[in-house]
Amino acid sequence: MTLRTLLATTVALTFAGQALAQDFNDPAEFKKQREQLSMTPQGPEGQPWAQHLGDGMVDTAKYRKDGQVTLCFSNAGVFNPWRVVGLNNLNAEAELHKDRLKELIVVDAEGKDDKQISDIEALVSGGKCDALIVSPNTTAALTPAVEAACDKLPVIVFDRGVNTSCPVTYIHPVGGYGFGITSGEFIASKLKKGDNVLALRIMPGVDVLETRYSAAKTIFDEAGINVIGSEFTGSDRAKTKSVVEDYINRGEKIDAVWMDAGDTATAALEAFEDAGLPYPVISGEDQQDFLRKWQADKLTAIGPSYPTYQWRTAVIAALDVLDGKQVPGPEWVLPQPAITEDVLADYVDERMPPLHYSLCGCQELPGYPERWGGKK
Amino acid sequence: MSPLPQTSSPLRRPARLAVNAGLVIFLALYAAIAFLQPNYLEPGLFMNFLRRAAPLVILACGQLYVILTGGFDLSMGAVATLAVLAASILINGDPETTWAVIGTLYVMGIAVGLMNGLVVAFLKVPSIIATLGAMLTVNGLALAWSGGAARGDLPDNFRNLGWLVWRDVPFVGTLPLAAIVLAGFVALAWWGLNGTVYGKRALAVGDNPRAAELAGTPVAATRILAFVVSAVSAVTAGILIGGFSGVSVNAGEGLELQAIAACVIGGAQLLGGRGSIWSAVFGALSLFALFTLLNLIGLPQALRDSIQGVILIAAVGASLWRTRRRT
Amino acid sequence: MTTDIAKNKPAARGLPVAVLLAGLSIGFFVAVALATGEVAQLGGQGIVGLLQRMVALGLVALGQTFVILVGSIDLSVAALISAVAVLASHVMQGDPAMILPAILLCLGLCLAVGLVNGVLVAYGGINPLIATLGTGLIVQGVLAASFGALQGAVAREFQVLAYGGVLGVPYSILLFAVLSLAAAFVLDRTLFGARVYAVGGNPEGARLAGIRTERVTLSAHVVASLFAGASGLYLAARLQSGTPWIGRDGIYDLESIAVTVIGGTILAGGKGGVAGTLAGVLLFASLDAAFNMLGIDAFLKQVLRGAIVVAAVAIHAVRTKGHVA
Repeated sequence: MTLRTLLATTVALTFAGQALAQDFNDPAEFKKQREQLSMTPQGPEGQPWAQHLGDGMVDTAKYRKDGQVTLCFSNAGVFNPWRVVGLNNLNAEAELHKDRLKELIVVDAEGKDDKQISDIEALVSGGKCDALIVSPNTTAALTPAVEAACDKLPVIVFDRGVNTSCPVTYIHPVGGYGFGITSGEFIASKLKKGDNVLALRIMPGVDVLETRYSAAKTIFDEAGINVIGSEFTGSDRAKTKSVVEDYINRGEKIDAVWMDAGDTATAALEAFEDAGLPYPVISGEDQQDFLRKWQADKLTAIGPSYPTYQWRTAVIAALDVLDGKQVPGPEWVLPQPAITEDVLADYVDERMPPLHYSLCGCQELPGYPERWGGKK
Repeated sequence: MSPLPQTSSPLRRPARLAVNAGLVIFLALYAAIAFLQPNYLEPGLFMNFLRRAAPLVILACGQLYVILTGGFDLSMGAVATLAVLAASILINGDPETTWAVIGTLYVMGIAVGLMNGLVVAFLKVPSIIATLGAMLTVNGLALAWSGGAARGDLPDNFRNLGWLVWRDVPFVGTLPLAAIVLAGFVALAWWGLNGTVYGKRALAVGDNPRAAELAGTPVAATRILAFVVSAVSAVTAGILIGGFSGVSVNAGEGLELQAIAACVIGGAQLLGGRGSIWSAVFGALSLFALFTLLNLIGLPQALRDSIQGVILIAAVGASLWRTRRRT
Repeated sequence: MTTDIAKNKPAARGLPVAVLLAGLSIGFFVAVALATGEVAQLGGQGIVGLLQRMVALGLVALGQTFVILVGSIDLSVAALISAVAVLASHVMQGDPAMILPAILLCLGLCLAVGLVNGVLVAYGGINPLIATLGTGLIVQGVLAASFGALQGAVAREFQVLAYGGVLGVPYSILLFAVLSLAAAFVLDRTLFGARVYAVGGNPEGARLAGIRTERVTLSAHVVASLFAGASGLYLAARLQSGTPWIGRDGIYDLESIAVTVIGGTILAGGKGGVAGTLAGVLLFASLDAAFNMLGIDAFLKQVLRGAIVVAAVAIHAVRTKGHVA
């Protein structure tokens, strides 16, 4: 097989891949999430982690257990700063309920599906858990393990879901389409028809990220805005900066930058700085370094979020289930706010580390700010 | 696996061979880049290219020392990440402490290098395993120390090492500070191999450690020094990376395999015995030029891995074929 | 990586290391279970769970053992595992009638990759680290690029391999046991096995004795790829569908090398065996389970694992008389 044939085959496969990869375009889900973004949440004022959108509730009287309980948590891993903040939230929330909670067992799957399946099986067979909280690494792969666990004890799933309705409730914010809608609409409102937007993304094939891009692209297409590129940077700051530099060096006019996650947003902005160009309109996320740069350099920006306070909700839900209280279900949809210009100042906090997710809902939790890496 | 050692002028010929292979590949690739985008021929963009390639070139130089002695260093990426994270935590936003912290980073790097060297030389653990263990440990330490996410910002005087570019410089236009750091490091690495007796010792140890030992070469010390140099280069690369793009937890990911690939493309022989600093330098520049070229073509990220694999096998195959023709 | 050739010991010598390692692993697991009060882990379910943790890495490591015994190495296993998992789920598309074609196709892919690896290493003389790193990158790249077109899911019936069992013993563990015994038998009792040790221990001597060293190396690479395929099929059954990152996330390439070396198989080849590798895999599985019970922080786990890998190899490597690179 000559090199040329090999190259030709692979290029052909790639294009085939592109054509079939548009599965992440579900108009019904898009519409539903758009509605949810504008719904008024129910629940305690000022505590978005305890609020819910929509009316569904489930009865949990049969799971009631008196006395001190043990919660078990199978965590996909702490392989990115979002999950690190989330786990801190979860641990801190558990501390708030010390009187009811005898023990919180946290098991880390290091990002491996196979390990997480074994972990869940071990937790269930260990017999110590009164309720199981799961943050699945992948949706399909973890389904059988969760199903088997549901037979033995109440299961609460959050972040990514599983393909079964057996858990007591599935906690998640509005979703990827919502993220894309918020950011896409903001950029579309600041640009004219025919302007250019550069999409910077982490990696292909990840459902929670693909839906964000799909929604934003739909909005850009409707508004007549050109997506001049969709680049995968793997969350690597150096690569993000290089990619943007390349576009600038090629002479492309970039009016806006859309990102599916904000951890390398400041790197993208630095590329403009280095080239001596004005900053573009940008949609990032709720990381501190982005917010600070936004404030300092007076950017035109928005910070949509996939809030880390859902990690708090998981513990709250689990304890409510063991109390026999009704909880929102079968899906507990949390509000998904975005940080806009008018509320920016409330969220900038110089004490916190650069990759702290500001919509953590953790300011009142025990250990703030040190537990999250902040300085007093 | 390795051919029997040649008995006639073994060291002179292969070194010239390495210059030709790596340099030729690099020139060919850069020509292709310039063809696609002519402004890469301008000194400004060439300097930009050097600035971005600098970390990989420095890493390749360090890895070369270890490869010459017959081993591998898989812990470079982890050390680079540690350097970036440690810098952000220790400096803590106070620019006064930058140089002291940089000193501390080098001390940490030297410690890791010493550990690797001692484990390989005295505990007789093969370097693949020893440095794999070091990679896991150093990575774990870096993440545990920083709590899994970057802490603190890096002040400007630190970041300048990777970021600063002087404009309106006569003759070249723009001159990045990283290019100067790169030139300095390569000069030091060249001097280490060619200006001192160390180079000959490393080659001897890599080629035939028993014979080297009998000839009086301090084998253990040579190996340990190689790992120390490798770790030092990883710290330097980490500083440049952190400078260019800021703090992140995956700053060094995958760099060690790229460094090994770079040395091999440039003509260094794995398991020791042959190679020169130019193998590392031109091999790394070639690899980086390949990445840039693939970027310009717009080839999907995924296929770049495949191309890298093909080039790797082709480069080694070509140099082997050339060696066979001479024998 | 050169060691004194004269110091070769027969394969059976590996047994004490394996027994020691296995004993330590089990002892640690039991101690932690008792200390944390999770006594249920010592019961049937717990032991089965522990063995289940061994299957994926164990299958790959068995193949890696063959390759390391001939003095080579295989870094392409992680990419191959991902490729097999993706291919299997794509071909099956949930249809039980396609199970057999899927398996055959995957094994065919493994055969092809193994042959390429073997040819590059044995006949091309290319350093195995580079050759297999290269093929791994090629497979990984093509896989990731074409993943969009290769979606699918395995048939429910195929998932029985990972979730079903007989008399409380999962099929996966039975499969693993059978393959381990087969591998051990081949290495200890067959002519091929003897040749593997000969080529690894003393390639020149083997060639002079008339053994076709290139063929033996080639076969070892094919065996390694086939075992990687088995692991990929198992993972496809367990995870319901494959993604291009299963192999990389599970770090199967470096971990399979690590457990093989920890088990007493030396990288230069010619010494070691299946028993040691299994003990190494058991060590990793026990550490996983024990660290879970102890609730050790994810990052500290990594630090400990790195230290244990080095220590476990150092324990018997330190006795090496020659030079090690």
